Amino acid sequence: MHEATPLDLRQRPAEASVPVPDLRARRQFFRDAQLWVSLALAIALVVVALAPQWFSPYDPNAISLSDILKPPSSAHWFGTDQLGRDLLSRVIWGSQISLYVAFCAVLLAGVFGSLFGIAAGYLGGWVDAVAMRLADIQLALPAVILALVLVGAIGFSVFNLVIVLSLANWARFARVTRSEALSLRSRDFVLLAKLAGASRIRVIFAHIVPNVVNTFIVLATLDIGTIIILEATLSFLGLGVQPPTPSWGAMIADGRGYLETAWWICGIPGMVLMVAVLLANQLGDALRDRLSPTMSRGW
Amino acid sequence: MIRYLTRRVAQSLITVLLVTLVIFLIVRLIGDPTHLMLPPEATEADRELLRHQMGLDRPVAVQYGTYLWHLLQGQLGMSYRFSRPALDVVLGALGPTLLLTTSALGLGILVGVPLGAIAAVRRGGAVDQCAKFFAVLGQAAPPFLFSLLFIRLFSIQLSWFPTNGYGTFSHLVLPAVALGWYSAAGIMRLTRSSMSEVLDTEYIKFARIKGVPEHTIIFRHALRNALLPMITFTALQFGILMGGAVSVEFIFSWPGIGRLILDSISNLDYTVVQAAVTVGALIFTLLNLAVDVLYAYVDPRIRYA
Repeated sequence: MHEATPLDLRQRPAEASVPVPDLRARRQFFRDAQLWVSLALAIALVVVALAPQWFSPYDPNAISLSDILKPPSSAHWFGTDQLGRDLLSRVIWGSQISLYVAFCAVLLAGVFGSLFGIAAGYLGGWVDAVAMRLADIQLALPAVILALVLVGAIGFSVFNLVIVLSLANWARFARVTRSEALSLRSRDFVLLAKLAGASRIRVIFAHIVPNVVNTFIVLATLDIGTIIILEATLSFLGLGVQPPTPSWGAMIADGRGYLETAWWICGIPGMVLMVAVLLANQLGDALRDRLSPTMSRGW
Repeated sequence: MIRYLTRRVAQSLITVLLVTLVIFLIVRLIGDPTHLMLPPEATEADRELLRHQMGLDRPVAVQYGTYLWHLLQGQLGMSYRFSRPALDVVLGALGPTLLLTTSALGLGILVGVPLGAIAAVRRGGAVDQCAKFFAVLGQAAPPFLFSLLFIRLFSIQLSWFPTNGYGTFSHLVLPAVALGWYSAAGIMRLTRSSMSEVLDTEYIKFARIKGVPEHTIIFRHALRNALLPMITFTALQFGILMGGAVSVEFIFSWPGIGRLILDSISNLDYTVVQAAVTVGALIFTLLNLAVDVLYAYVDPRIRYA
């Protein structure tokens, strides 16, 4: 007959008390690694985007009828498109336009949105009411649809694209900085500055703004990915960067008709787009863990 | 509660009013529709006559007033392209879009909530790692990229689903999954973080000490509280999905609002653009209002704040 052996505490093997691995230290290390690796890769990407002529092996717009729809090879690492243009060169030049538009749009939306939000949160009253109703307008429409209609209205150009993308995406900055300014307003150092006779402008720029900068950096970095996707979507739909200027979204649109015979025309710019967004998101997450732990959402 | 309710309703009304004004002004910028409505041999005098008939020569403020008055009566003008009331055209496209977005959202919740919850309960485990990979990938790829990937894989390579079209269940699968992936990633992240937060609270620790079975703790105490923030997030997701639906509808020739807006912009059919965007903003604002009220009802801390 089988008897259940009760757990005998005296016979517990000594190995049971192995030291618990220091999970916190390990996690900290991986967070640091995430920050530095994504930062290094992001800088590499920015360098490529800043000086595409150094890296691009061919002219991105050179049409070569003998090289049409060539799969990736040693001569053309990323293959060629339906006009025989080298995809590697086009992806590299496309990074310039995509990143340029994304940076400008995020900066514009971020600076104005944050100033709006800070003014609303710190001054309160009618400024707050007006700013938040304006934010509500943007938030009442999906960014893609708002951007589409705006581009339709003011026409295509890189400058217009930057304006449209920032108009479609500033409210998040305003909302978050407003709530930060609201909580900073009643902090002692702000009250003391007011007591010392500092003007409103001075309080805002010397005491509120420096305390919102971290949040701004995190939001802006996370926003780069969103804007890259938004720009690519517009260009994919034919309402963004216009051909023959290479942009990732427009290149993916080009390849749509060749999904069956030449997957790389869509696939390569698509993968590059994903990697760029992934980098921006990872960098944003890593920065958030460091600069603004209260916003952290895990992972 | 009543005070909270009136304030939110008033805010929503103001938002809707402002949105109609903004859309009205944007659409006026798109261009003069008379160029498209008249044959090329029409004279300038014909054009002036038509502009006069359509009220386009009156001051913008008057035009907006007329527009609002008609809007209140449910009249949103005629579509030049379809020669039908613009509202009918938009409402006809609303069904397919709602079908697509709700399927995608349902899929997102169905995948995102359980995976996010398991990831939070077993932090660092295999499911957590997989879920993280899935979420990070999902948030980095726009729906139009997944649509193309799915077409290549499941339509061209495997011939399981049609490449485009509308009508049957098999037409719905690829667009819904391509769109739902993105929101599944977001829902998963939020469920995980909100669940982790709840699992670290005192009352969960107390329930553990009391000896409440683990599954009761997870389902009755933790998940129910963790899902509260999901109410608001889901409404926001709906807006994001409506935006993502534009490119997905374009790729799959899905006869929804997104494709309608796109086609109408390129054809300068501005009454339809206006009607579609107004209806979309109205739905989204009402949804947000409903969600806020629901949230205040469920969580008393909100209405007294």
